Amino acid sequence: MKKLMLLGDEAIAQGALDAGLSGAYGYPGTPSTEIVEYIQRNREAIERNVHRTWSANEKTAMEEALGMSYAGKRVIATMKHVGLNVAADPYMNSALTGANGGVIVAVADDPSMHSSQNEQDSRYYAKFALMPALEPSNQQEAYEMPFMAYEISEKYHLPVMIRLTTRLAHSRAGIKRREVLNENDLQKPENPNQFMLLPAYARKKYKHLLAIQKELVKESENSPFNKYMKGEDKSLGIIACGLGFNYLMENFEAGKCPYPILKIGQYPLPGKQIEKIINECKNILVVEEGMPLVEEMLNGFLGNKKVKGRLNGTIPRDGELNPQIIRRALNLPELPSLAIPEIVTGRPPALCVGCPHIDTYKALNEVLKPYGKGHVFSDIGCYTLGFLPPYKAIDTCVDMGASVSMAVGAADAGLFPAVAAIGDSTFGHSGITPLLDAVISKSNIVVIIMDNDIIAMTGMQDSQVTGRIEDICMGVGVEKEHIRIINPLSRHHEENVKVIKEELNYNGVSVIIPRRPCIHVYAKRKKKS
Amino acid sequence: MKKDIILAGVGGQGILSIAAIIGYAAMENGLNLKQAEVHGMSQRGGDVQSHLRISDKEIYSDLIPQGGADLIISVEPMEALRYMPYLSQNGWFITNTTPFVNIPNYPDTEELMNEVKAIPNHVAINADQIAKDIGANRSMNIVMLGAASLFLDIPYEKLEEGIKFVFGRKGEEVLDANLKAMKAGKDFAEENKI
Ligand SMILES: Cc1ncc(C[n+]2csc(CCOP(=O)(O)OP(=O)(O)O)c2C)c(N)n1
Ligand code: SF4
Repeated sequence: MKKLMLLGDEAIAQGALDAGLSGAYGYPGTPSTEIVEYIQRNREAIERNVHRTWSANEKTAMEEALGMSYAGKRVIATMKHVGLNVAADPYMNSALTGANGGVIVAVADDPSMHSSQNEQDSRYYAKFALMPALEPSNQQEAYEMPFMAYEISEKYHLPVMIRLTTRLAHSRAGIKRREVLNENDLQKPENPNQFMLLPAYARKKYKHLLAIQKELVKESENSPFNKYMKGEDKSLGIIACGLGFNYLMENFEAGKCPYPILKIGQYPLPGKQIEKIINECKNILVVEEGMPLVEEMLNGFLGNKKVKGRLNGTIPRDGELNPQIIRRALNLPELPSLAIPEIVTGRPPALCVGCPHIDTYKALNEVLKPYGKGHVFSDIGCYTLGFLPPYKAIDTCVDMGASVSMAVGAADAGLFPAVAAIGDSTFGHSGITPLLDAVISKSNIVVIIMDNDIIAMTGMQDSQVTGRIEDICMGVGVEKEHIRIINPLSRHHEENVKVIKEELNYNGVSVIIPRRPCIHVYAKRKKKS
Repeated sequence: MKKDIILAGVGGQGILSIAAIIGYAAMENGLNLKQAEVHGMSQRGGDVQSHLRISDKEIYSDLIPQGGADLIISVEPMEALRYMPYLSQNGWFITNTTPFVNIPNYPDTEELMNEVKAIPNHVAINADQIAKDIGANRSMNIVMLGAASLFLDIPYEKLEEGIKFVFGRKGEEVLDANLKAMKAGKDFAEENKI
């Protein structure tokens, strides 16, 4: 069969589809977005009517996935690493309820923060929840792992994490497909109490979760994704997790490494093989993409001089790996290479020429000029680029929805003006509940919901609140006369300034909705259809 | 056979189409391929690059090691220079000369071109102008692909098939413009290769 050229993200999607997927639930977030996008345009998925619309946020996605599992079907929840923070409550608890139909939680981490606020490592969440995790080293494994994940998930009635990182998520290679499995039939859980976490039940479930850990270790010891590879030179043994394996092998001609290697692709760690490599080798190098999870485990509190990696400086403590970093860690001579000429300057991302957010910020800046800097709480999306010159229009960016909640807190403390600047999709994700708080506490804030008709930052997905923003605000209790729509175009600048001024001077909750589509909406919609 | 290629440019300039065409041609030739792309924040007018690796052996890393690239193909001159650390000692440096100025402190273009000319194996080509001259304004990236085609060790016809694969659905006119653009880039490079 002809190979399919797929991104790591797409390989997971195709693998899940071929392993009998009935529904994908997720919220966009680089580098995880292409998992659901692939399912959305995949012909077989459309024919099978696999669920594939975006959820409001990662928490709702994770819960919807659990619901589908309750009904007996195989499901995948997808998100970026910080999305798992949002979904952490259902995620952690799903380790106790377990799964009925197989559940995959696919999380894409972004070491080096190419498009993220932090570089947390989701394997810690898997360990925290006592849940098995799979970590592919290449696209073929990314394709194969959903099959294994559903098998384990249904055997142990436990969700399984698949963790990948930016470079694999966004790198293409050829994939060989397997035989397609049928979807599960609709079937409620055999045990009617399975999804009931009243304390008396939860305690039992927790004990059960603890008890099966030994079996999960055994699964890892027998897993095809954990491989012990012999080597002559026992002065060093290398434990290479996920993508780290590739960067390691890149440095040896024809993949011939002189040292024993333990390649890790399935967690919890395979105890037997870990013990073997530690006993067999004089020193241990741990190569892992992300944070030093395995290294910390091997080190313990007292430390282990044998173990080298990110903690002792053999590999940098932060940032993503690459072949050079591993070369240095192995004390191999560096390839000769030139420096970047001094003349080259940085080219940071910027708002597009003609972007509606620009006109919104110009009007806002004019209104806020008399008050000085430090009054605009913002959020995550294209509009965060309004922090950069020449606009310098916003002051904060923390996590999805924090613009509204931080403005509430600051206003409650007496800061005036307190403005929240949030995108339409971010508002749908996590801005509605803090707006309710604002209404309840009658906070003196202006919330600017920048409605560009789309989720632009992550590559033009449909926004869940399009056409519903005013209704949502009214439903939450914002007064109708303080929900104002403006058209962010330079020819409406004076009017827009006037509206923002009026609402700033209203002592209470105001919502202003600058409404104009992102300039790429039409082109992208056309391309996608 | 091994070709490690860095594709460089600014978000929106079309380097992923170049990658898709080379990738298609390489696959059709039975070669292994890995292609790392940039998605996300940088696509908003920031610097973007793609690591394209082609080999008849197993390819491990998705990223090309520094000092390992056989080719840098860039649709923008400053972006080409940004990836100098990746160029191998015998590698070729193929760049468009038309700057894409979307930052206030863009360097002096003459000084920039002096840096380019100092590189022993370079091809500098005004791909924007060539695309305009042949009436294929939007195919600057494919002119660059044409210039690079001399260094790819992939039969030219396979690249043409790649263009058909990528642009075929967009109609005859777009397809012809791109085929013409690739040819123009190739002709230029043949005349100006040092
Ligand atoms: C918890 C979490 N989920 C997802 C993301 C990824 N993300 C960043 S911005 C964004 C959407 C922004 O859309 P919108 O608010 O409509 O603004 P726009 O980019 O369209 O201006 C997403 C999904 C994130 N940073 N954090
Ligand atoms: S993609 Fe759209 S929303 Fe984002 S900066 Fe460009 S025009 Fe603005």
